[in-house]
Amino acid sequence: MSDGRQLYQEVIMDHNKKPRNYGVLADANRRAEGHNPLCGDHISLSLRLDDDLIREIAFQGETCAICKASASMMTANVKGKSVADAETLIQEFRDMATGKLDTATQSHHLGRLNVFAGVRELPTRVKCAVLPWHTLHAAFHEESSATTESGEF
Amino acid sequence: MTPVPMPKQTAAVLDVDKIRADFPILMRQVHDLPLVYLDNAASSQMPQPVIDRWVRYQQNEHANVHRAVHALSEIATREYEAARDKVARFINAREPREIIFTRGTTEGINLVMHGFGRAFIQQGDEIILSALEHHSNIVPWQMLCEEKGARLRIIPMNDAGELLLDEYEKLFNTHTRLVALAHVSNALGTVNPVREMIHAAHRHGVPVLLDGAQAAPHMAVDVQALDCDFYAFSGHKMCGPTGIGVLYGKAEWLEKMQPYQGGGDMILSVTFEKTTYNAIPYKFEAGTPPIAAAITLGAAMDYLSGIGMDAIAQHERALLRYATGQLRQVKGVRLIGTAQEKAAVLSFTLEGIHPHDAGTLLDMEGIAIRAGHHCAQPVMQRFGVPATARASFAFYNTFAEVDALIAGIHKVQKVFA
Ligand SMILES: Cc1ncc(COP(=O)(O)O)c(C=O)c1O
Repeated sequence: MSDGRQLYQEVIMDHNKKPRNYGVLADANRRAEGHNPLCGDHISLSLRLDDDLIREIAFQGETCAICKASASMMTANVKGKSVADAETLIQEFRDMATGKLDTATQSHHLGRLNVFAGVRELPTRVKCAVLPWHTLHAAFHEESSATTESGEF
Repeated sequence: MTPVPMPKQTAAVLDVDKIRADFPILMRQVHDLPLVYLDNAASSQMPQPVIDRWVRYQQNEHANVHRAVHALSEIATREYEAARDKVARFINAREPREIIFTRGTTEGINLVMHGFGRAFIQQGDEIILSALEHHSNIVPWQMLCEEKGARLRIIPMNDAGELLLDEYEKLFNTHTRLVALAHVSNALGTVNPVREMIHAAHRHGVPVLLDGAQAAPHMAVDVQALDCDFYAFSGHKMCGPTGIGVLYGKAEWLEKMQPYQGGGDMILSVTFEKTTYNAIPYKFEAGTPPIAAAITLGAAMDYLSGIGMDAIAQHERALLRYATGQLRQVKGVRLIGTAQEKAAVLSFTLEGIHPHDAGTLLDMEGIAIRAGHHCAQPVMQRFGVPATARASFAFYNTFAEVDALIAGIHKVQKVFA
């Protein structure tokens, strides 16, 4: 089975049907919107930061399965972590998705997120996987919106 | 629902196996599976005789056109103009000088926007478009409206994706200057009743531009019978190369229009005080044109004519009927675009599955379709979907490929089940 199909079967079975942290936080102190103009994907993130700690995080949106699963796993992963640790994950996730980080041979902190390495086989879908992470980065930096078209990939 | 039998009678219309043997790319594999290419509305494939024409030109005939007295330039010029003649015959233009080579449909429409729109559309004027246009027949007119203080009026459509002709008639008034309309919708497949609509426009003295990008590859087009004032289409959707398209314009309009770009070839004489423009069509072909692409497009038209546009239309109609029947039986499918008159385009959504996921999973089966908004976001908004999956057929597609698509869709649904 190709990594691409495996990616689908593993992440969609679970996170697409039962996304974690789906919704909007009423008491959020950070929010950001993410857009992928190419496919119309749209997600909104809301976070509650306590100093440097991500206390709560939720996402909502109209997206493809890859984006939704990525957002679901991202929120589950960064909840309770420091902003600095989350930034490390953002960087590593981007690098993995774009092929700069080979999770099989190089050290990383991605854990189960490693399943998204398969998205490299689907170059047209890399942006779908990265959009939630991009949006999280924007939320940390108090930018209200992120897009997959800013050339940062 | 009753199963749709595979239409057998069409075997006689086209020898599809023989045709497919002309297309080297159709023999390749994708992800170790035979390619099922169903993205013809985006771009079609090129048969060997057309590829050969390009190669022969580069190997034997290339030079710049209209510029030198040497032998190669003469050959290149002759072949380039011969391609123009072929285009004129292909769409039954009155004269070859009514054929302008462009980069594609988009450039053709922009040319009309500049040459006609800038000259004849003023503040307070109105341009009629339809609700099913491709962005390339919306954005140039919006830009013009912004510049001139003109406005767009939109012909609405029903839930099947058919334009409402009564509403269309009501849009005309003394400010109407142009109707710009798709002959066939790329997102829905709707074939608009353009003859009738052109007739109506002309009763109000309004010229009509047809976007023929999705029509010219699939049916016989006769611009004189249609009586359209402009007709734009793209070579790469009809077995030709990218980078070449055609704008047909009635000579009487082209004569009155201002040039699109300035440069070499489009002038008769230049001094720093005054430039005299060349005659049509050269007035609109500034700079060195895409000579190889134009000549190759001529070969593509020869190829299509050799098969016969009516036979092509008939085979594609049979494919559409079969594919529509099969797709309707798949649970969770919503067909977007169910007009009575349709080209072989199937836009659809699958319940609970984003079109991009469907597109990716079908690709893993070797099946190429398009997923997205198809450069027709107003159409997506009209039907309340962010995107659709779209399978679009050409004459070289087979009934077995329809079956592969349906089997692929079942597999996609299984992943999401
Ligand atoms: C209906 C329609 N109009 C215009 C275009 C634009 O054609 P091109 O990109 O070749 O200029 C397309 C192609 O996608 C189309 O389908």
